[in-house]
Amino acid sequence: MKKELRVRPIKNGTVIDHIAAGQALNVLKILGIVGRTDAVVSAVTNVPSKAMGKKDIVKVEDRELAPHEVDKIALIAPSATINIIREYKVKEKHKVAPPNMIEGVVKCANPNCISNTKEPVTSKFTVDKHEKGVQLRCVYCERIISENIVEHLF
Amino acid sequence: MFTKKHIISMRDFSKAEIDVILKKAEELEPFAKGKKSNLLAGKILALLFYEPSTRTRLSFETAMKRLGGETINMISPEASSASKGETLADTIRVVSEYADVVVLRHSKEGSARMAADVSSAPIINAGDGAGHHPTQTLLDLYTIKRESHLENLSIALIGDLKYGRTVHSLAYALSLYGAKISLVSPEQLKMPDEIKSDLRKRGVDVSETTKLEDVISHVDVLYVTRIQKERFPDPSEYQKVAGTYRISAPLLKDAKDDMIIMHPLPRVDEIDADVDATKHARYFQQAFYGIPVRMAVLSLVLEAR
Ligand SMILES: [Zn+2]
Repeated sequence: MKKELRVRPIKNGTVIDHIAAGQALNVLKILGIVGRTDAVVSAVTNVPSKAMGKKDIVKVEDRELAPHEVDKIALIAPSATINIIREYKVKEKHKVAPPNMIEGVVKCANPNCISNTKEPVTSKFTVDKHEKGVQLRCVYCERIISENIVEHLF
Repeated sequence: MFTKKHIISMRDFSKAEIDVILKKAEELEPFAKGKKSNLLAGKILALLFYEPSTRTRLSFETAMKRLGGETINMISPEASSASKGETLADTIRVVSEYADVVVLRHSKEGSARMAADVSSAPIINAGDGAGHHPTQTLLDLYTIKRESHLENLSIALIGDLKYGRTVHSLAYALSLYGAKISLVSPEQLKMPDEIKSDLRKRGVDVSETTKLEDVISHVDVLYVTRIQKERFPDPSEYQKVAGTYRISAPLLKDAKDDMIIMHPLPRVDEIDADVDATKHARYFQQAFYGIPVRMAVLSLVLEAR
């Protein structure tokens, strides 16, 4: 694959860079934009990176994603950076930061949790930052998810 | 000042809020013993027990009636709309319009939190599956306060520390008071590491042993819990383990004079009957304290509205 193709610049939109290699599709899943938007979305995986060895990149054309929309990807891609592109130029750049609370993104691992029943409940977790990354605590049953958060995505 | 609308999980409470509840319980204790009160006259408590727990239900009912309030009961979930497929959320929406306060016991963990989200009346969690049972923890704290002391406490938690959420919740609450906690359990039923490290992070001095004899002489409280047969694939293993943690009167000869023994009840054979007559036994007193504590909780959530 030619370099130009991989990093083809977009005119307007959002580039999510420095995603841990292999997580691009999960990032799209968390963002919930695939299938719910007309935007051109492209994901590139295993791009050589000086800092990370390999990384993934996601580009969403003609849509500027707000921090509150993208911060939840910090759960699975804590090193990700968000670049807002206007007229081919990076106009804003920031790092993702995990939100204090996430709703409807992660499924509780406790089969006996009320959020895993037919009751009208949206899964909800508080997010605690700690040494090894983040830890999620179900608001309902208080079960903790501390690793492999990816496996608990809806 | 007490502003909590619902009583769902001990994690929701600060030390100051717990102290308000315990103080209120002390104030109301004479009424638990039969002194007349009209404090909650005209108020209705709905008891929604989707799982049988006769003792807890009777205790809430007693607390409400001793304060002059009334209770309404869902007799059995099979006979109610739950069996027709109505969601718990809908039942709560309806019942919270009938009653001034709702006590809920349900098999699903987190059900009380969800109920609180949709209820127009205060929800008191009376046990949600393997989850929380905050009034049990509050009555445990109250017992310790009345019969021993909460500050600078040295307590041994004995039995099933792996699955027993009662002890997890109590240990968490005691961390607010800076307790020294000795964990005594068989190897298979040790307290999970994440709970231990959480307690240590909160400044609790946590130690662990498999031997009851290691702790008896220096603790203020022995908190004994049941070891359930189901936890052991091999029944002979259960017999061996259960026998090791049985409290008997002779075992207490080296205990401090004012050491007290607690148990959330019902007991099976963790505590010999010969312990009942010793100066250490407090488990029946502890059961009684469920009444003033539930009175306190009921009156506080009804005032807080
Ligand atoms: Zn849960």
